[in-house]
Amino acid sequence: MIRGKAWNYGDDVNTDFILPGIYLELTDPDEMGRHAMEGIDPEFAENVQQGDVVIGGRNFGLGSSREHAPIALKHSGVSAVIAEGFARIFYRNATNLGLPALECPHVSKEVETGDTVEVDLAKGKIVVNGEKELDFVPVPEFMMEILEDGGLREYIKKNRDKW
Amino acid sequence: MSTVAEKILASHSDLDEVHPGEIVKAEIDFAFMPALTAALAFYAMYDMDIEKVWDRDRVTILLDHIAPATNITNASLHKECREIAKKQNLRHFYDINVGVCHQVIPEMLMVGADSHTCTHGAFGAFATGIGSTDMGAAIGTGKLWFKVPETVRVNVEGRLSPSVMSKDVILKTAKELGADGATYCSLEFTGSTIRDMSVGARMTLCNMAIELGGKTGIVQPDDKTIRFLEGRVKHGYTPVYSDGDAVYRETLEIDSDALEPQVACPHAVDNVKPVTEVAGKAVNQVFIGSCTNGRLEDLQAAAEMMRGKRIHPDVRVIATPASYEVYDAANSQGIIKTLMDAGAVVCNPSCSVCFGGNHGILAPGEVSLSTSNRNFRGRQGSTESYVYLCSPATAAASAVTGVITDPREA
Repeated sequence: MIRGKAWNYGDDVNTDFILPGIYLELTDPDEMGRHAMEGIDPEFAENVQQGDVVIGGRNFGLGSSREHAPIALKHSGVSAVIAEGFARIFYRNATNLGLPALECPHVSKEVETGDTVEVDLAKGKIVVNGEKELDFVPVPEFMMEILEDGGLREYIKKNRDKW
Repeated sequence: MSTVAEKILASHSDLDEVHPGEIVKAEIDFAFMPALTAALAFYAMYDMDIEKVWDRDRVTILLDHIAPATNITNASLHKECREIAKKQNLRHFYDINVGVCHQVIPEMLMVGADSHTCTHGAFGAFATGIGSTDMGAAIGTGKLWFKVPETVRVNVEGRLSPSVMSKDVILKTAKELGADGATYCSLEFTGSTIRDMSVGARMTLCNMAIELGGKTGIVQPDDKTIRFLEGRVKHGYTPVYSDGDAVYRETLEIDSDALEPQVACPHAVDNVKPVTEVAGKAVNQVFIGSCTNGRLEDLQAAAEMMRGKRIHPDVRVIATPASYEVYDAANSQGIIKTLMDAGAVVCNPSCSVCFGGNHGILAPGEVSLSTSNRNFRGRQGSTESYVYLCSPATAAASAVTGVITDPREA
């Protein structure tokens, strides 16, 4: 079960917000995590708690192919990103890392920073503050298999024969 | 009834035809990685229990984003990439003396660990940017899964006015479709204006497909493409064309006769206005370069604007050829001297100012006028700086006056 506090950054959260270009030279995931969201909220990485959930509006993760962006989020403690829409490469990268990127209409209007969010991946439900329920768009079966394996690394190790 | 994108994905998946939405597993022709993402891709491949790349002739690393190294961290990353290339015995490895990745290596189905890989669609290829874990899978197995994209057609008819460039066409496209208007789609550029364009100008169009959310941008090949590719293709090239009855999600029509120079204003690539609406805005730094606009014709257009003039005393100009091939040609044609005589700093080929991680960083409050592809807040330095995007002609005309200037009046 994914459960944590919400951090809502609205529409068009680009990869430079999630991890600015000066940190692309890093290769240590934990160090990337210490700079997560620095381009839009320099205090995020200090205050985020393990399990927290980042919320966005339209086109979350637009811009660069840098996997550093979802790596930084994951290693800062974020357990899922829920947005009204995702840019294509970010969506793949997050899934490949085993970080759920869930598409949920109106989520950035329905959830405020500080709300408690629970996600039931199997049921396709998000519960806000223990009361309000939101449905997210079902994760395609193939992506779900990758998530269930914890990411593409594990998926390929397990499924090398049919890859 | 297939588009170029559908045909290339089908032929590489051993299928007769594919349809938008379908997931296919395709064989990759070529995979490349800039240093900044290469190490992570190899970590991913090793984590998949794969020790060697699937084909040492079809995988390459380039040291281009930061070149030469600027600190110990990125120097160590460069060193690690050189060691990986040796250990993997990669046939092609490009050190800091080659240029930006999207200038050099056309193939039919390409993946690059850089979002602007879509630039290669200017050669009629299917080329798309991927992250490091996908790249780990691609270089380890030679295969990757793709969701077949819908295709959005951008049909551009007419003749561009003098000093209006292909950059203005793609900025206008961004304005019309929006920064997520082509998410997961292939963008196909057609029409008489595109046919009249050089391959370099088409690269500018395809380069920015990602800024509209696109998976790739494609221009169908013609004689110019074939000539451009002579001597550059390593593994063979078969031109592919869209069928007359191919299905497009939508078609955007652009009239290039009426097109003015365009400027993308802070802090979004689709916040585009005609130059006449932003003219007069003072700028501190002008950047001419990047994978979007660092080719010979771009530097030439800038040099024409600056010939015999001096840049405004309150402006600094950084001009960066996108590749050593361009650098060399610009040098022998006197273009670099013209730019230098006007007061520009001419840098060695690299990603330069574009991504805010190399040089030319902006201080708080500063305004940059840039021929690159993204103007997100903080992209080129301080989160309190401002980036405007435009063509090389607009950039150079503005460098002389010190304010955003319509190049048709320069």
